[in-house]
Amino acid sequence: MEQRIVTNRRPFSWKSFLLQWEWMLVLIFIGINIMNMSLSEYYWSFDSLRDATMTFLDKAFIVLPMVLIIILGDIDISVASIVALASVIMADLYTMGVPMPLAMLICLAVGTLCGFVNGLLIVKFKELSAVIVTLSTMIIYRGIAYIILEDQAAGKFPDWFSFLGWGYVGPVPFILIVFAVFAAAFILLLHKTTFGRRVYAMGNNITASRFSGVQVDKIKLIVFTLAGFMAAVTALFLTSRMGSTRPNVATGYELDVIAMVVLGGISTAGGKGKMIGAILAVFLIGFLRYGLGLVNVPAQMLLIILGLLLIVAVMIPKIKLGKQGRI
Amino acid sequence: MADFVLELKAITKTFPGVKALDNVQFQLKPGEIHALMGENGAGKSTFIKVITGVHPPNGGEMLLGGTRVDFKNPNEAKRAGIAAIYQHVTCYPDLSVTENIFMGHEKIHHGTKRIRWHAMHEEAQRLLTELGAGFDPKSQMGALSVAEQQIVEIAKALSMDAKVIIMDEPTAALTKRESEELYRIAEQLRDQGKSIIFISHRFEDMYRLASRVTVFRDSKYIGTWEVDEITNNDLIVAMVGREITQLFPKNVPRIGEELLRAEGLGRTGYFADISFKLHRGEIVGFTGLVGAGRTEVFQTIFGITAYDRGELYLKGEKVAIKDPLEAMKLGIGYLPEDRQKQGLVLDWEIGQNITLPTLDRFVTKGALDTDKEAAVAKTLAEKLNVKAKSIFDLVSSLSGGNQQKVVFAKLLTADLDILILDEPTKGVDVGAKSAIYDIIRGLADQGYGIIMVSSEMPEMLGMCDRITVMREGRITALLERAEATQEAILKASMASGGASG
Repeated sequence: MEQRIVTNRRPFSWKSFLLQWEWMLVLIFIGINIMNMSLSEYYWSFDSLRDATMTFLDKAFIVLPMVLIIILGDIDISVASIVALASVIMADLYTMGVPMPLAMLICLAVGTLCGFVNGLLIVKFKELSAVIVTLSTMIIYRGIAYIILEDQAAGKFPDWFSFLGWGYVGPVPFILIVFAVFAAAFILLLHKTTFGRRVYAMGNNITASRFSGVQVDKIKLIVFTLAGFMAAVTALFLTSRMGSTRPNVATGYELDVIAMVVLGGISTAGGKGKMIGAILAVFLIGFLRYGLGLVNVPAQMLLIILGLLLIVAVMIPKIKLGKQGRI
Repeated sequence: MADFVLELKAITKTFPGVKALDNVQFQLKPGEIHALMGENGAGKSTFIKVITGVHPPNGGEMLLGGTRVDFKNPNEAKRAGIAAIYQHVTCYPDLSVTENIFMGHEKIHHGTKRIRWHAMHEEAQRLLTELGAGFDPKSQMGALSVAEQQIVEIAKALSMDAKVIIMDEPTAALTKRESEELYRIAEQLRDQGKSIIFISHRFEDMYRLASRVTVFRDSKYIGTWEVDEITNNDLIVAMVGREITQLFPKNVPRIGEELLRAEGLGRTGYFADISFKLHRGEIVGFTGLVGAGRTEVFQTIFGITAYDRGELYLKGEKVAIKDPLEAMKLGIGYLPEDRQKQGLVLDWEIGQNITLPTLDRFVTKGALDTDKEAAVAKTLAEKLNVKAKSIFDLVSSLSGGNQQKVVFAKLLTADLDILILDEPTKGVDVGAKSAIYDIIRGLADQGYGIIMVSSEMPEMLGMCDRITVMREGRITALLERAEATQEAILKASMASGGASG
């Protein structure tokens, strides 16, 4: 019965390759496009699809680090408040006479700091869960934004600032290029580096990771700080698109973002899922919204469809597991 | 009256692709304690699940008191008087002891359908007193020790009027004293006419309690013997299927330079005045009762927690270790006590587990080089003889002994001098134990300094060059190999009064 290690190669099976959730997303994505095309003759044109991506890509920046957070088995619901705070501070500084490039840098710094504070609280107070910490900071960050602007709008940014949200490089929207760069960076970070491997390890078993010399606190702190930084990137593009800002901008973004991540096949139990799934989910939901918007489907109906999709996304891996679990 | 309370004939249970039980038989006499032994994977657990109605068998028959029974679910088995008590108690930790005892068969007032709390508490108290337990039935289950929780499970079995009680590795998580208490209860139940099936890896348990022993191996029935009539060696042969000529490897230590020296280490509330030395090529044992503070000392040295007094010297230089990463960089590795929670990422492949502590070595141009990683993992897995098809198999699919070999492999990927092994053979079967002892001795011969923490007296005496005994957070004895005996260790681990229960 002596069984020796025989193979040096990762066993490849077409079945498990094709049974990945990401293929399901591709199919749904194609399905949505076919449906949209049959619903409206205006849907299938390069220009309109290209412009549609500009409307939903702003929050997609936060999806990228949220994937890391959810793989860790944590959650961050303060990201929308960070967008608001970073945006409001940038607008306020510019109104007070700070040069716009400097105000933009400060916007990024504010977001990064907010994320760092989240991470620090979560790491230092182990008895508090990430939900509780970020629920508190969600209220606090939004509160500070209200104190600064007192429910007014601020804006009148220089003309060149609108390039971020509205500009093109050749035929391609600037925001799409920036998103593609960040998406590639996050894919590499999660799937090709030791950092990413350690994030997966922590999501599966944080105690065993600690005993294996993984610096769990440091990694958590970096991931939450990254989320803050990316929320500030969203703030830049969102503010540019709107031309002005208010303390209540980006309300509800955190739930949209989390929904995209979950639909992307990232398990809320931690440890599983791929970056590409969440990126596919961003485009899937974006195109679904755009298509149904063209034929005047009410927003409520859209929410119901999204909800159903989410339930399917959460259920599919359970069904697969159930079959294996029966031995 | 039938000769046997419980008789199983030609039981076969197959799962797709696996024959978990192959034509197995078993006979249980009234008022008998019958030990069931076998290596992990021999089919003991499946067998228990057949008896308790969790898995209906595919073939064979089961007679209870002479009449044929076919349990379709666990509830039918429970109602017929079969109860099982597991090593990891399956309880409701937030509920009271009474609620746990009567879960599923509460005493209910016939008219009003109200729960009769008073009657339940009284009955629970009666059962606990009978079993000689000193705690209150109103106390919260989660606040009790594992041993006490097991007593509650036994009380639950009695409250359902169980005739056959199955104990699945009940002593694995117990201290010596708690085990004695459990033995006493088991004997008491036997004397009351209950029949007990006792599953254990410990020969000690079997010799102390059982009158007969049945052995399974590779899903098959091997034999049943009177305990007085079979020698220890024959029993091991029956379980393993080959002769283990020597459980412990020959010991020719070549002691080298000093690696680690602790001077007066202390952590308030956990341990104090811990001083010891470890040399190259040496195996130093740390033993004592569970809760003596051994694990705490070494998790502190590994940087999991911090000490607040004393000094630590590594190769003569004073060090302060702030986290496990730094400990490993300095050459200290730690094999944790609980391999499933602390040692492994169970849902991961063997290879990924092996390389987790040393990922940084497999980086080429900023990216993780998985080919290089797989090559190293494969070499180590082969060196330690991990039984698997490939390093891409999930760790959760391995047996306990092979999982433990994977945890050992993790230590060998780093450049370490000192290995701290905390209960390295816990929950591992006899065959794998012997393999792990060979690994440990081999590592010492290669020049590692090894600290072995264990509660198992035979392996302490068989493996260690020196044995340190701890009690209540302090070192109470340091015994050289020549002077180390079971008695000397016991004396040093028990309370100074000498009395124990």
